[in-house]
Amino acid sequence: MSPILLTPVDLLVASSLVVLDAVVSVWLGLRLHKQVLVAAVRCAVQLVLVGYLLRYVFAIDTPALTLGLILVMVAIAGREVAARPERRLVRYGNQIAGLSAVALATFVTATFALATALRPHPWYAARYAIPLAGIMLGNALNAASLSLDALLSGVMRERSAIEAQLALGVRFGEATKPLIRAAVRRGILPIINVMSAAGIVTLPGIMTGQILAGLSPIEAVKYQILLMFLLAGATGIAAVGAAYFAMARLTDGRERLRVDRLV
Amino acid sequence: MRLTAEGLTGAAGGPFDFSLGAGEAMAITGPSGAGKSVLLRMIADLDPHEGDVSLDGVARAQMAAPAWRRRVAYLAAEPGWWHDETAAHFPERARAEALMPDLALEVKLLDQPVHRLSTGERMRLALIRILLNEPAVLLLDEPTGALDPHATALVEGILLDRLRAGVSVMIVTHDMAQAGRLGARRYHLAAGVLSPA
Repeated sequence: MSPILLTPVDLLVASSLVVLDAVVSVWLGLRLHKQVLVAAVRCAVQLVLVGYLLRYVFAIDTPALTLGLILVMVAIAGREVAARPERRLVRYGNQIAGLSAVALATFVTATFALATALRPHPWYAARYAIPLAGIMLGNALNAASLSLDALLSGVMRERSAIEAQLALGVRFGEATKPLIRAAVRRGILPIINVMSAAGIVTLPGIMTGQILAGLSPIEAVKYQILLMFLLAGATGIAAVGAAYFAMARLTDGRERLRVDRLV
Repeated sequence: MRLTAEGLTGAAGGPFDFSLGAGEAMAITGPSGAGKSVLLRMIADLDPHEGDVSLDGVARAQMAAPAWRRRVAYLAAEPGWWHDETAAHFPERARAEALMPDLALEVKLLDQPVHRLSTGERMRLALIRILLNEPAVLLLDEPTGALDPHATALVEGILLDRLRAGVSVMIVTHDMAQAGRLGARRYHLAAGVLSPA
């Protein structure tokens, strides 16, 4: 079965549904019509640009360009992770923790997939490496930001409990272990929900896209399962990484709790 | 000297220089916010600062921080708890139970959740918690602030026992009479300067 190719007219017809949203907004006085339209235009423009960018990058297919694009994506994701929590570590602590966590999660899982299940030729082929890195990043971002937020707000809440233990001679790593656990748990729970509901409550977007694009459901499902497992790995690495990298900034050589580094 | 501080400087002011012999007590008074708690926290190495502290001639820098804090024990004015169950804070339950009657605490309190304990009960249990480490120096931040006169007298009795056994005590208090009862040298901390009172 060959994919049904979409024409600009098809998309224009579909956009009437966005206009319907805007009409609803005007009708109910939601004052969202402008935002809906702007968001729809942004969505279309951003995706078309990225489509052309990817076509260009896939065509050139040099390792340097592929790596460069992935690094830019990682940097943006790291910045997003850093921006989520209410509290900030001084001296770019949030940025460093966020960036390290998503970079580690993405490179480990994407390289793992390219070296084992996918094995394209060459292994760094842009057509595989970039989309793979992108989807890993999206999920790593989510997990790292939840974990970082839980950790930083938990540290302030548990400050006296942690310091009471430090004053008793308990090691910093021991006294903060429950906080690390809570943070990692927060980061990992969403992917467990997604995996449990997959196929029953929701048809995952990638699988749906592939089926619509003409791939057999069984093949699409196999890809989806592979991706789910990769995402579970990326999520775990990102959540653990964000929690430990941030906690490392909250102590010093004398195993103190440095809440003065949190603003 | 049991405890010696040289050039201790930090958020509490300073530089502070003082020494405390074995079995000696030192009481610190001063207005709220003067940095009395921070001074104790600096000695326990819980807050960043400059200067040197040594215990029985051994420089703090030569000891791992957790080992130092077991020997030089800081008790906060509002000590924290990290389990819901009180007993979980006392891995050596029998040793804790042995000390409880001396502070008018019923042993069955250990089976209560922490949030059911009164402020005064929590304070006395937190004192027991650090005494179980058998520290050489006690840094106490208003340990009797939440206690009635009877419980205060019991805590002072325990502290006097420890002083006689050679433990050194630094106590932040608003109660000048308490300094007298403990036989403590009196100091006043204000505007970052520690002066004999």
